[in-house]
Amino acid sequence: MKELLIFIRKEFLHVFRDRKTLLMLFGLPIAQIVLFGFALSNEIKNSRIAVVDYSKDAVTQRMIEKIGNSPYFNIQRTLASADDIHSAFKKGNLKVAVIFPASFGDDLMHTGKATMQVIADASDPNQATTITNYLNQIVADFNGELAAGGGQPMQIVPSMTMMYNPELRGAPNFVPGVMALVLMLVCTMMTSVAIVREKELGTMEILLVSPFKPVYIIISKLAPNLLISVVNLCIILLLSDWFLDLRVKGSLLLLVTGSVLFILTCLSIGLLLSINAKTQQAAMMGSMMGMMLPTMLLTGFLFPIENMPLALQVLSNIVPSRWYFIIIKRVMLKGLGIGAVWQEMLILTGMCVLLFTISLKKFKIRLQ
Amino acid sequence: METVIQTEKLTKRFGAFIACNELSFTVSKGEIFGFLGANGAGKTTAMRMLCGLLVPSSGKASVAGFDVYTQTEKIKRSIGYMSQKFSLYDDLAVAENIRFYGGIYGMSRQDIRAKTTELLKELGLESEAKTLVRELPLGWKQKLAFSVSIVHDPEIVFLDEPTGGVDPVTRRQFWDLIYAAADKGVTVFVTTHYMDEAEYCNRVSIMVDGVIAALDSPANLKQQFAGASMEDVFYELARKAKRKGD
Repeated sequence: MKELLIFIRKEFLHVFRDRKTLLMLFGLPIAQIVLFGFALSNEIKNSRIAVVDYSKDAVTQRMIEKIGNSPYFNIQRTLASADDIHSAFKKGNLKVAVIFPASFGDDLMHTGKATMQVIADASDPNQATTITNYLNQIVADFNGELAAGGGQPMQIVPSMTMMYNPELRGAPNFVPGVMALVLMLVCTMMTSVAIVREKELGTMEILLVSPFKPVYIIISKLAPNLLISVVNLCIILLLSDWFLDLRVKGSLLLLVTGSVLFILTCLSIGLLLSINAKTQQAAMMGSMMGMMLPTMLLTGFLFPIENMPLALQVLSNIVPSRWYFIIIKRVMLKGLGIGAVWQEMLILTGMCVLLFTISLKKFKIRLQ
Repeated sequence: METVIQTEKLTKRFGAFIACNELSFTVSKGEIFGFLGANGAGKTTAMRMLCGLLVPSSGKASVAGFDVYTQTEKIKRSIGYMSQKFSLYDDLAVAENIRFYGGIYGMSRQDIRAKTTELLKELGLESEAKTLVRELPLGWKQKLAFSVSIVHDPEIVFLDEPTGGVDPVTRRQFWDLIYAAADKGVTVFVTTHYMDEAEYCNRVSIMVDGVIAALDSPANLKQQFAGASMEDVFYELARKAKRKGD
């Protein structure tokens, strides 16, 4: 046990002496979250909007005028029918459409409340969110004007529809995506590099000749990366709260449990990589190509998995970050409990146990 | 004389390839035993079997009184090892390296501290305890690596081409350290490519194609093979080799 502590202490010394890498490890999540925060706050002006007015009364005229006067919107054309909206979206020259139903004027006069329909092209979720927010603001202003005019209380309620991407994948999905990416990178790459470095230096031979237990070598190598990963997790959660207004809705304990499972899985993959890699560069390339690309492409945070060809959908099942991504999204964004993620947790646990067992066995065989 | 290494028909096969074929020799306590051979002759394989890293295919061997088949853990506790590949951590300080290697052999904190002081004094590195190893000149690193390999007072130390790439002056100083260790009763098992170093050994074995072709003191070997130096003896034997070195 005392030997193990001495080894772990040495591993931490390696990590702290390598300032450049340390800076990169903590800078990566910060840069990604901050960059995304800025990308999100960008204004979008002159979005092309289509208006379908079945009611054609004084209120809708005023409303259309108000939208047209806003710097954010540019009324592209006035469509005759709602059926044309779909093809206009398909052509890509329309961002959002507003429909005033035929009963709009009547509803407003008689019940004091009317619904206008807003349909946004959500294939770019960030843009769709921003645009509908602008529209909401305009409607709220308009309601204010109506109230100020006196008379009976009137209110227009916008009903939002996100077309093509109803879940608005993107904006809030980015944070779980960054979490998966950063944790994967730190755990897999740093672990494999740390072990391969000992091989390159020739110190691994000395360790093998010593009575030090191989499993202790593995534990000591994993310890600093585990700590760095947990710190990174905290950084990401805090930053997304400060910059993106994104708080953990569900149980923090569940989130951490899922993350630790994912971290352990990635550490095991790093171990496996280190067994086959001969140089630090090879280990780094292996984790870049073998882990980073699948994590980015097949996790579902950049491209929705259900839109992929079947072969890629099947392939995505073996990517651990895919399951982690689902867990984080459900717990963090939707606030769901263990009942909603137990299957994904189970899959991740299975992967973790399997990979760790294989890497442990392989590591021992290599020592012979 | 007390025997610390004993092998009897020690053999290692990799498939059809016989890396070491029926090696039989003994090494006595405090002896400096030179283990020579061209590249690919089987030196490293033999050394790995003795260190408990490789299980022999057949034959018997004991190291420090422990069996290489069944007592590798005890063997590991009784030996030190240093290879040609540099074996200290560049980004750790001198004292941190000593502490680490002492630590993985289970030495107590007090023992490590006492040993560190003693070792630095011997090497004249007292003022460099907190210097990172990467800042030391190569010769010092090599000497330090040797001292670290015997920090836990092993009975035997295995040196695998320890002086590769080191200048002649440093090599000479390195051998002074080896003599000092042998005087304290540490048995030194050393492989080398430098024939002048072979002359420093008490006894030398020369491996050719997996078998021991000659084993005796340098003086006797020179007489036996009618050579003026160990270089002549080695060349005489090694040119008969059929295996290609790697």
